[in-house]
Amino acid sequence: MIELRNVRVTLGKTPVLHGISFSVERGEWLGLLGPNGAGKTTALRALAGLVAYSGAVAVDGHDARELGRRERARRIAVVPQLPERPPELTVAEYVLLGRTPHLGYLAAEGADDRAAAARALNRLELAPFAERPLGSLSGGELQRAVLARALAQEAPILLLDEPTSALDLGRQQQALELVRSLREEGLTIVSAMHDLTLAGQYADRLVLLDRGEVVDEGAAEQVLSAANIARFYGASVRIVRDDDGVFVLPYRG
Amino acid sequence: MIAVPAQVRPRGVPRPWGLCAAGFLVLALLVGLGVGAVGIGPGAIVRSALSHLGIGSTPLSSVQEAILWQLRAPRVVLAALVGAMLAVAGASYQGVFRNPLADPYLLGVAAGAGLGATLVIAYGGGSPQLLPPAAFGGAALSVVLTYSLGRSAGRARATGALVLAGVMVATFVTAIQTFIQQQHTDTVVSVFNWLLGGFTTANWTDVAVAAPYIGVSSVALLLHRRVLDVLSVGDDEAASLGVDVGRVRIVIVVAATVGTAAAVAVSGLIAFVGIIVPHTVRLLISTSYRAVLPLSLLAGAGFLALTDVLARTVLSPQELPIGVITAFFGAPFFAFVLARSR
Repeated sequence: MIELRNVRVTLGKTPVLHGISFSVERGEWLGLLGPNGAGKTTALRALAGLVAYSGAVAVDGHDARELGRRERARRIAVVPQLPERPPELTVAEYVLLGRTPHLGYLAAEGADDRAAAARALNRLELAPFAERPLGSLSGGELQRAVLARALAQEAPILLLDEPTSALDLGRQQQALELVRSLREEGLTIVSAMHDLTLAGQYADRLVLLDRGEVVDEGAAEQVLSAANIARFYGASVRIVRDDDGVFVLPYRG
Repeated sequence: MIAVPAQVRPRGVPRPWGLCAAGFLVLALLVGLGVGAVGIGPGAIVRSALSHLGIGSTPLSSVQEAILWQLRAPRVVLAALVGAMLAVAGASYQGVFRNPLADPYLLGVAAGAGLGATLVIAYGGGSPQLLPPAAFGGAALSVVLTYSLGRSAGRARATGALVLAGVMVATFVTAIQTFIQQQHTDTVVSVFNWLLGGFTTANWTDVAVAAPYIGVSSVALLLHRRVLDVLSVGDDEAASLGVDVGRVRIVIVVAATVGTAAAVAVSGLIAFVGIIVPHTVRLLISTSYRAVLPLSLLAGAGFLALTDVLARTVLSPQELPIGVITAFFGAPFFAFVLARSR
């Protein structure tokens, strides 16, 4: 469904990605891991076409560059880590913006678009918030509003950049459960993730980045090893494996 | 609890507010046509207008007819056109630069247009047809300078940096403009009168010169009202929604600048309309550009037509430059917007 081949990105004069390659199957949830500055966000941005890159990104077998902006946006929806938050826009107006790639340049939304936005609002239980201004939402509610905008886009691929970074533990699990249920409804998910245990719990497969290169790739049992985490994160962790999965527990080394 | 499913209603101008704004404009036009040394009632104005369309006969004398249609009407129409344009251009600059203080005047656009127009008056014999393109040249140069300076001085979104750059560009451009003006003593009076801003000498030729530019530019901007809403989530997210942000920005800035230049060419420098009108709409009605742009068009037209009535009546029989009045109301309003945007 998605394939990155030898993707390089240079920001200013600093090379950020040194030719990374990985692929994502239809309906899969891929977790991107790596310490700060490893290139997780840049990899997602390259995938979405938001940053210039060399190498190739293929989406559904098409070269992403040839798809054009609008067509790419119809296939890939992005939830940024720190979304802009125009404080006075209502949640309904904001979610309706997700219809942009389906509209002609100067066209207005039709009944179909409003229905799609309403479906997204209902799916994320935001109906009571529809007419509230974005500025009045809590962190968790805003997160759902951004996700609703991405759903209204009706793209089969969803990119999430650190979807849980602003949330408390309970809301992190709720958000990830929500993403899991969306995945079960047919979406393909690529998410940059901060919390290694949660990444292992939810993602089907993990790609570990370090300094702009893919250093490991595979199932949680393989990638989440004490050796990997000591080497790439510089952290002392104990790995606990049981029937419920892999747990990464930091300790004072 | 039974959840009520969401209904997403069509976005745009709420009907009562649309009617309000249209009513305000009609009222402003009637006041503008009726008030003056010779008062003419609204009923008489409507009947006279109908008589020109071949319905009924005019109740006015031929002198009154001439005052109404040759003196007041072009003046009122021009004020309305310029007010609509400045308000819509201000709202559009605010959207495209994501800066609540952007205004044709504060971005240096008006000063640039002033320089272009001064050059035409000083060297080109003041041909009215040459004024708008020359004003556009100066205006375009200023907006490019302001934006690149504001961007290099700080983050492009820093509200202060863009306005400071605008003030700097306006000061510099005004210095050049004043130099040229003083160099040409034969035309200094006409330049000066023009700069003060106003509709004292407005005639149908001015309307015919400005209307096409203002019409095309405001239609282009109105068509971008949904796109301006998309830009409110920032360049990156707008791009991820499939918008070519760079191209959209150029199209909107060019349209707003063409319209502003034409408005400045026929009316001189009138500040703050682009701040007062759009922000009043935002405060009262909605911050979505689908409401802000159409309502600013109507309200801006009515606002400047009424302001012009004040300009010619406050010190009657003397005229007050209209920019004095817009600045008198606009500067405190600007302070209010500044305090609110923190």
